[in-house]
Amino acid sequence: MRIHVTVNGSEHDVETEANMTLLDFLRDGLRLTGTKECCAVGECGACTVLVDGRAVNSCLMLTAESDGGEVTTIEGLAAGGKLSVLQDAFLASGAVQCGFCIPGQVVAAHHLLARNPHPTLDEVKEGLSGNLCRCGGYMQICAAVVAAGRANR
Amino acid sequence: MITEPIGAAVRRGGGVARVTGDQQFIADIRLDRMLHVKLVHIDCGHARIVSIDTSAAQAARGVVGVFTAADLPSPMPRFGPVYSDRPILAIGATKYHGQPVGAVVAETKEAAEAAAELIRVEHEVLPGVYSIEAALDPKSPLVQEPDLRPDDPRRDTNVLNELHFGWGDVDHAKADIVVDNVYEFPMVTHFAIEPHAFIAAPEDDGVVVWTPTQNPFQMQRIIAQVLGLPVAKVRVRAPDPGGAFGGKQHPKYEPLVALLALRTGRPVRLLLTLEETFQEVRRTSCRIRARTGFQSDGTISFQDIESDFLMGAYADIAERVIAKSNYLACGPYRVPAARVVVRALFSHTTPSTAFRGFGTPQVSWAHESQLDDAAWRSGIDRVEIRLRNLARKGEPFVPGDTPADGDWAESVRKAADAIGWGTPLAKGRGRGLAVAVKASATTGASYSIVRLHWDGSATVLAGTSDMGQGARTVLAQVAAHELGIPVEWVSVVMGDTAAVPFDLQTSASRSTVFMGQAVADACHDIKAQLEQMASELGLEAGVSLVEVLRARFGEVRGEVIGVGSKRSEHLADHPLGGAPSFYEFSCSASEVEVDEGTGDILLVRHVTVADVGKALNPQHVAMQDEGAAVMGLGHTLMEHIVLDDAGRIRNLGALDYRIPTTKDLPLEMHSMTVENADGPGPYGSKGAGEGGLMATAPAVASAVTEATGVVIRDLPLTPERVWTEIQRSRGKDGPTS
Ligand code: FES
Ligand code: FES
Repeated sequence: MRIHVTVNGSEHDVETEANMTLLDFLRDGLRLTGTKECCAVGECGACTVLVDGRAVNSCLMLTAESDGGEVTTIEGLAAGGKLSVLQDAFLASGAVQCGFCIPGQVVAAHHLLARNPHPTLDEVKEGLSGNLCRCGGYMQICAAVVAAGRANR
Repeated sequence: MITEPIGAAVRRGGGVARVTGDQQFIADIRLDRMLHVKLVHIDCGHARIVSIDTSAAQAARGVVGVFTAADLPSPMPRFGPVYSDRPILAIGATKYHGQPVGAVVAETKEAAEAAAELIRVEHEVLPGVYSIEAALDPKSPLVQEPDLRPDDPRRDTNVLNELHFGWGDVDHAKADIVVDNVYEFPMVTHFAIEPHAFIAAPEDDGVVVWTPTQNPFQMQRIIAQVLGLPVAKVRVRAPDPGGAFGGKQHPKYEPLVALLALRTGRPVRLLLTLEETFQEVRRTSCRIRARTGFQSDGTISFQDIESDFLMGAYADIAERVIAKSNYLACGPYRVPAARVVVRALFSHTTPSTAFRGFGTPQVSWAHESQLDDAAWRSGIDRVEIRLRNLARKGEPFVPGDTPADGDWAESVRKAADAIGWGTPLAKGRGRGLAVAVKASATTGASYSIVRLHWDGSATVLAGTSDMGQGARTVLAQVAAHELGIPVEWVSVVMGDTAAVPFDLQTSASRSTVFMGQAVADACHDIKAQLEQMASELGLEAGVSLVEVLRARFGEVRGEVIGVGSKRSEHLADHPLGGAPSFYEFSCSASEVEVDEGTGDILLVRHVTVADVGKALNPQHVAMQDEGAAVMGLGHTLMEHIVLDDAGRIRNLGALDYRIPTTKDLPLEMHSMTVENADGPGPYGSKGAGEGGLMATAPAVASAVTEATGVVIRDLPLTPERVWTEIQRSRGKDGPTS
């Protein structure tokens, strides 16, 4: 089927298989490989992207469902090649270990800050509970999001 | 002024690419004309393969080839880091759930997956060895073919090896208190967020293999052996792994993809699913019986330990895990008499391999719980009993071997203070404290080349893999410090056997110590050359390095190449083949609150102390140590692989196998270090990064005991298990503190 979708501000008019996930479309179709695949069953959050402002697990969403929508991936967050306050906070806080979960964490945190610009630590823990980090950098990840919220004040 | 990089929280090398999505993991790499591989498995642990019908798959659209054992060289090439026992594809039988019996190569991922479904494997399910009891039962089937070890007297058993360590006279040691208990440690899996992934392609008259490996040079050696190629014709490219934890240390499917690339003449890619990754790697499970004697004042008089460690169907590195951890099965203590007997058992399960801590979490679970048991019985404080027994700095706690190399009591006191040991506890709460010690790298070699460019910036070439620990950052810091240049002027190149010099492996928390020294050594080489140049050019002492370079190289330009190495040779008469170059010592302390109605454990506070000698980058040490603690909470509270009667993993994948999330974090968590600059690495450093999980389980369990009065000796401490034990203990005497 043919769909029309905007990804990181660029419009795409594409033919897609009915069963193609948004994750595969982004990674294989558009070569936006910043969005990662781990569990493929909606449990790890590595594939988190924003669709019309909602954070979704792109492994569970069909590309067709994004028809007419706007998708933002990790590649869309560093405007003009400049790190966002949030991305910078991840680095300053030592939140980045292997990095495989990090795009999903950053997108989920970006979404959290959009709804709640100055979250408390508990709110961040709640908001990021769907994003696994096996390197276990949760303390630093959560601290980074709280710090980014403060910096936005 | 250049900021001193050593001891500073220098930002993570490669960090920017990791927050922007630019970091290229294996699955992000696309090669022209790349084919896709899907493995074929059968749904049980142990089965005889009667026949494989690949005809429908061969004929399917997009399929380039279907490979089974019959299509591979005969005899089937076998490989492994120690024993060459693992076949490239199952031959005659499958020996664990998920062992591949075939591989489909197709133009697209979808075509490969669809064709794999068309393959009919006629098989007969056989009884399997899925537990320690079964492995020890002489009536059980043999996991390994006896002809793989024809000269081994144990070839007709499921025992790969029985190891003995010890000293003194255990049978005549006098003790006022003897505690005798059995401890279980479950199978758990690494669950790196990056599922394992491989690409291989023909290159000139050789092959190039991309793999997220921790050990590019071991991979190169083994692929060369399997393919019968000289090492120089095998190039291993190892982009930074997306988490490894030991699971990406040794070859798994790399020989297969290399062979498929050569057979098809095209690049091939194999991306495992998370489920397939679960079936590929796990931690060695075990049962440890410990009989420990104490004097009435709490000093240990003997340790008598007998354990069974359940490896999987192939040896992988498990025997080494078992040997190294059990060599220190008595922990960091002064033990006058010790007897340690441990069996390494085969089973029809996923081959167990290296996993952060390398067996230490298993042995510390026993030795620490034993000390607590004695403390409860004798009324001695649990911290005090540890302080009385800890080896002092310089004391050879394993007779004849590297003496204790740190002030370990300092770590214990620091952790006890931080957790508020001895202060009043709220109702329903308890505290625990535990220690662990790991023998670090023994033999090994690391080489580094540092290129000082004409403008004064430098490129470090190192075979270390940066799998999250931040070796890129730390090696850059070492080079910047040694050369006296800003850390921003240093690039670190890793992960390509065609570009970087030999390194044994990234394991055992060895890279800061071994590769760190190699890099420092290479920088010293450069400095010596610069001094020579300066004196030849008649430059005054103290001129800057850039001035020397400019004066020496002029308009033609050039560079100064430094070569460095650090080796530790094999010692044939040492039980581990070499003395540990340092010990990784760690102390964990926890305060918990247990809900007796549900068995839920709330971690109120958790602290770790790591004796790192010198933290070259304190922020990196903290992220490693706290990350390790979080991982340790996994095997302590929730993780375990469950097998069914046919050896199938029942909780395969993220839906059913839970690892810690932000919601499982302790309400408060702190990591601390002890830094006495007493390590063998640069600036007195020791390795770090594994310690935080080595003593998590006994610390938390001890706290649970104080909170509830029940003692639990099986992991994980799930709410069910805790609740059941609380119910069972009602009306019985609990421990007294
Ligand atoms: S890959 Fe989508 S949630 Fe795990
Ligand atoms: S940084 Fe490695 S999984 Fe999160």
